[in-house]
Amino acid sequence: MRQPFTPNEMMTVAAARALTNDDVCFVGIGAPSAACNLARQTHAPDIVLIYESGTLETRPNVLPLSIGDGELCETALTTVSVPEMFRYWLQGGRITTGFLGGAQIDRFANLNTTVVGPYEKPSVRLPGGGGAPEIATSCGQIFITMAHSKRAFVEKIDFFTSLGHGEGGDSRKKLGVTTKGPTKVMTDLCVMEPDEKTKELTVVSLHPGITKEQVSAATGWQIKFATNVIETPAPNETELKVLRELHARTKAAHGGNA
Amino acid sequence: MAQFLKLSEAIEANVKDGDAVAMEGFTHLIPFAAGHEIIRQKRKRLSLIRMTPDLIYDQLIGMGCAERMTFSWGGNPGVGSLHRFRDAYQNGWPNKLEIVEHSHAAMANAYDAAAAGLPFAVFRGYRGAELPRVNPSIKEVICPYTGEKLATVPAVKLDVAIIHAQKADRKGNVLLEGIVGVQKEAVLAAKRSVVTVEEIVDELNPPSPNSVVLPGWTVKAVVAVPGGAHPSYTHGYYKRDNAFYKAWDDIARERDTFTAWMDENVLRKGPEAFAHHAKKAA
Repeated sequence: MRQPFTPNEMMTVAAARALTNDDVCFVGIGAPSAACNLARQTHAPDIVLIYESGTLETRPNVLPLSIGDGELCETALTTVSVPEMFRYWLQGGRITTGFLGGAQIDRFANLNTTVVGPYEKPSVRLPGGGGAPEIATSCGQIFITMAHSKRAFVEKIDFFTSLGHGEGGDSRKKLGVTTKGPTKVMTDLCVMEPDEKTKELTVVSLHPGITKEQVSAATGWQIKFATNVIETPAPNETELKVLRELHARTKAAHGGNA
Repeated sequence: MAQFLKLSEAIEANVKDGDAVAMEGFTHLIPFAAGHEIIRQKRKRLSLIRMTPDLIYDQLIGMGCAERMTFSWGGNPGVGSLHRFRDAYQNGWPNKLEIVEHSHAAMANAYDAAAAGLPFAVFRGYRGAELPRVNPSIKEVICPYTGEKLATVPAVKLDVAIIHAQKADRKGNVLLEGIVGVQKEAVLAAKRSVVTVEEIVDELNPPSPNSVVLPGWTVKAVVAVPGGAHPSYTHGYYKRDNAFYKAWDDIARERDTFTAWMDENVLRKGPEAFAHHAKKAA
């Protein structure tokens, strides 16, 4: 019998499964951190997790609230300075997979985490790019995790915080960027991948119980579907158990909601 | 040579109205006690520089100390927005705030260049990103060896750097451990620096010959403020107060709850108020 699971759990599990044991992963806070540590505690025990605060090969037992929680440093192989992190490790091309998310994403997986509205007079000033502009271009490939909604999946993003596939096609190449960029977008409804030629995001897999209509209704452009859309395998018992234990430990450690 | 001062004296002597100030610490070792002292001394028109403004700059901005902020990620980590920063930037409360926005890589490189005495930093960055359109200080150079187009940003210019560290010895040599961020670069980049520490010891005893140590002659003032990084943390002493970071979201959301909290916990208190956080040691 299949255990019930939440859409958010499905998203995290789908992201975790996309990671391999050989990955060297630049991890962000929130869903990416949960996905990476779920992968490490299930099918990818040797995955290398790197957080931008400077912690290399960290193996946290609870999820960090911030990118620089003590847990990350205490369980790391070593901790380097922030300039070294961005210069030698990220810019140096040593990361296979970077994780990003954002407030807005467009059909070419360009992301906005900077402002809603015009930059000079925003209706909402968001935190900004942080490491994203260079993560997006320096990592071998990018995975994106975001909750699926019309507010987030928009026809036109208000600010280009970080490069996805630009205007599609060979946009990245024209900008002198040699890395792959976004190869997968995992939402709480589906998994998308860029079309090989146009680079437009295309739904390749629907989560159990989710329909194409639901995905279309939650997307601000006319979303395309692959010829053979499969059903994302539901989270298995081990994945759910490990993920829930991870969240429970985290909640206890942070005093309140995790 | 470093002077050993009281916190009020160290801030009085080293932080002036209008200064360019970096209070660094990447999530870890954030010099909150020193920030509170700047607020109590009512410094004005500061140009604040910090990769992740965090609660410390939310507090300084909300109390009217800042006129400009240079930063690369301005949120409450893992929680959400910095409400005082947003209110200042979007509504001009309590005063207008100008922003200079970068990416982390740019800021880290800009500190590194400043510490190295260079006028600018060069790196492979900002490709396909929009920040160069709104921040005119981001420029490009062509590599003279390969022809590759690379991004440049000016080195940070600092009047004063303020950091928190584990300990200092009686010559003012300072030891930092754990997530060390850009603190060494910030101190070496600044004309003056103030270091608050958990304790002052007879022997520094760095755990390794490669430990991060700032020699006393690179530091202007050293102040013992146990617990001085709370609600951030000091590796080996006390943990990050994640519950407080979450509570700040409610405290800072409205102007009146914010000012009431600052009045009670900052204006009517002194650095000794931080000591009980140090005792919570885990």
